[in-house]
Amino acid sequence: MNASSDVLVIGAGVIGAATAYFAAQQGLTVTVLDKGLPASGTSSACEGNILVSDKELGPELELTRYSLAVWHGDLSEHKKLWEFESKGGIIVASRESSLASLHRVMTVQTGYGVAVEELDRDALREAEPHISPEALGGASYREDCQVQPMLVAAHLVRLATEAGVRFLAETPVTGFLRSGDRVTGVRTPRGDFAAGAVVNCTGTWAGELAALAGVNVPVLPRRGFVMVTEPLPPMVHHKVYAAEYIDNVGSSDAGLQGSPVVESTPGGNILIGSTRERVGFDRSVSTSALRLLARNATALFPFLEDVKAIRHYHGFRPYCPDHLPVIGHDDRAPGLWHAAGHEGAGIGLSAGTGKLLAQAIGGQSPDLDLSPFAPARFGSPADPTPAHHEEATA
Amino acid sequence: MSPGKVGSIMKADVAVVGAGPAGLAAAVAAAEAGALVAVVDAGAQPGGQFWRHRPETVVPEPDGSGHHGWRSYVDLRARFDAARRRGQIIYLPGLQVWMPEKNDAGFTLHTTPAVARARSEDAATNDPAGSGAGNGPAGSGTVVARRLVLCPGGYDRQLPVPGWELPGVMAAGGIQAFLKGNGTLPGRRFVVAGTGPFLLPVAAGIAEAGGQVLAVLESSSPAAWLPHLRAAAGVPEKALEGAEYAAVFARHRIPYRTRSIVTEILGQDRASGVRTAKVDADGRVRPGTEGVYDDVDVVGFGWGFTPQMELPVALGADTRLDADGSLVGIVDERQESSIPGLFLAGEVTGVGGASLAVIEGLTAGAAAARERAADKADASRATRHRRFAEAMHHAHPVPAAWQEWLTPDTTVCRCEEVTASQITEARDTLGARDSRSLKSFTRAGMGWCQGRVCGFAAGCLAAGQRVSASAQSLSDAAKRPLGAPVSIGELASLETDS
Repeated sequence: MNASSDVLVIGAGVIGAATAYFAAQQGLTVTVLDKGLPASGTSSACEGNILVSDKELGPELELTRYSLAVWHGDLSEHKKLWEFESKGGIIVASRESSLASLHRVMTVQTGYGVAVEELDRDALREAEPHISPEALGGASYREDCQVQPMLVAAHLVRLATEAGVRFLAETPVTGFLRSGDRVTGVRTPRGDFAAGAVVNCTGTWAGELAALAGVNVPVLPRRGFVMVTEPLPPMVHHKVYAAEYIDNVGSSDAGLQGSPVVESTPGGNILIGSTRERVGFDRSVSTSALRLLARNATALFPFLEDVKAIRHYHGFRPYCPDHLPVIGHDDRAPGLWHAAGHEGAGIGLSAGTGKLLAQAIGGQSPDLDLSPFAPARFGSPADPTPAHHEEATA
Repeated sequence: MSPGKVGSIMKADVAVVGAGPAGLAAAVAAAEAGALVAVVDAGAQPGGQFWRHRPETVVPEPDGSGHHGWRSYVDLRARFDAARRRGQIIYLPGLQVWMPEKNDAGFTLHTTPAVARARSEDAATNDPAGSGAGNGPAGSGTVVARRLVLCPGGYDRQLPVPGWELPGVMAAGGIQAFLKGNGTLPGRRFVVAGTGPFLLPVAAGIAEAGGQVLAVLESSSPAAWLPHLRAAAGVPEKALEGAEYAAVFARHRIPYRTRSIVTEILGQDRASGVRTAKVDADGRVRPGTEGVYDDVDVVGFGWGFTPQMELPVALGADTRLDADGSLVGIVDERQESSIPGLFLAGEVTGVGGASLAVIEGLTAGAAAARERAADKADASRATRHRRFAEAMHHAHPVPAAWQEWLTPDTTVCRCEEVTASQITEARDTLGARDSRSLKSFTRAGMGWCQGRVCGFAAGCLAAGQRVSASAQSLSDAAKRPLGAPVSIGELASLETDS
């Protein structure tokens, strides 16, 4: 048996790293295990978005706003480590109908305190000179930010270990230690690890790990492709999305969807995202996905037509059927906690998730009510009906 | 199968990628076995890097001076042209495969105009067969074939050294390609350094073309061949080649210094000199042996070759680490990979030179055209060449101590300007132990060349090992989902089956 700790975090992606970092700040003793190296799952295959603009009203928007405050507050001293950029986002509408729905969304968001500003034709062109002549207008979200997600995870792990957290790479969890119903630790090829709280931060693998503990946490993969261009001088100045992006995020359609997200990185490369497909863990390259990305991107920025793509990558967003993450204590298996299923918003939500979870594990009342994210909403494994029901109606 | 284009889709029995020694041989063998063959090649005319020659529109009948195995080229080229006249080879020059796919029908190759498409604009039209020009679509297109032979060759392996980012520093093979392709030299005064027999033809070529070679610096020692003399004796033509170079070196008074390296490139805006030193058997600098060559225009480096593995890796072929630390494809005696119908020939199965590549290409082409066992005589010649290549890799290793030549400020990734200290820091503090995490943490290998130049060195540094990154790390590094840069406009107009 290895030394026991207050908290055992499984998974060193951005969620696990943030949880370990904040748990250590709480004065808890922490051990982090990863089956591979830090940030080798979804954290390494995404765009590093911290977005307000795409959130639906409700608990996820609350969590987003809380998380944004943590990025700018607790974590602000480390901003440079992970290339934090407050570049702002712009949603562009190219049809009268989508412009009208964008205006409706803006009105509601403004009511909830989201900083959004309307851009008319000229203002849009001033903000993004290379936008398509077809673009009618847009909305500017100055709170949208970007980070380099792998650097976030790796540096949070490093900072945590400097604060005394023990980190073991290449240590997969093979089973749970139990005392009656209670989860008291994990089993690994490197021996057993006991802990007061065991936290499942395993992203797309969270459902599989939960099943090892006998509880149902329906986290599913949703594939996304992102394309990267050759480095260019600055041509795109914000995160630029098309108005229909918002509709796609909340959809559970299995078919190939894409809405353009075009943005520059500090290295000068332009990222072109992203597709959404429910195809399990299929890693094969899809020419139709690449074509869709290319068509959407050139529609927004026609100059991209002659720009070379030098690579593309894909990842799997961990999502729950009700499109809310699972964060909190699992009453069905006392001692087990989850922080997973953040879908395409995991980077942005990681800071808030980690801090809130650390508060809850440390016995404090968290700054934000976590009950909408409670794992028990999925019912017992013998009765998985609620989850399926929600999926069918999503 | 009937030949020809369907829209921008070209259908064939066998597709061959590459038209160097292996690719030409594979195409010829497959066509002569009765198959309809499509040959996709990045070059503007057949020959690859090894038999690169001046544009046939300028020099219609090259005499092969400065080339080795030119008779073999002339023979293969005649058979290639004859097969084109019979309509059995469709030749598609000036194209690179940016994505290969395996499907029920066999293989689909998505192509794009090659980035360096020197003088191919006039060549890629419908010229009569027999000219170096092709008969393919001028733009990008798709090739569909039941079987695929990949012969993409390799490129010079590079090691970082202080100052190597300065203009005037070239790959040894780059100097040779410049000379073969243009008939002129990229400078007047040269230093050629690294390891391996390939440095000899490069230096000899420079001298024969009128350049001055101040020195050839070989990090290994001739004594390193002693344990491998049997393998060397198995391929007598190599000894003959060696003797020819010795004669050229003597005639032009080229100093050949063994156990010697370049420790630094000198110069402000471009290379103007080199600092050198003698090294011990591990490549460690021997104090007090430092020297300087001034007034140098061009420094050429070659540390062996890196096989071009992105297409085999993209298709999922099984790989292994070869004796020289390179990732190579695993093939059976018919050159077939672990993927049924996918054949590999030339440097991608192990760096072994042009003669071996031709034998492998002939075997692969014939096997891809019809079920056929390998020719016994070919197989035994191939075995002798492979033994020689392995001996060569052991006699000319990347020096174990090469990382000691670096200063913290030495640039490792030239595209993204990542230094040695940035890489070791990411390894030691962030746990970047493989090429994949190293890329994300430091951007090493993220630039235009996608790690083709720095991949070996960066992988070694990340692994904290002296001369070898793991097969897994190299295989991850070779995973380049785009085999070549392709314009967004081309992707937008892709034909897909869905």
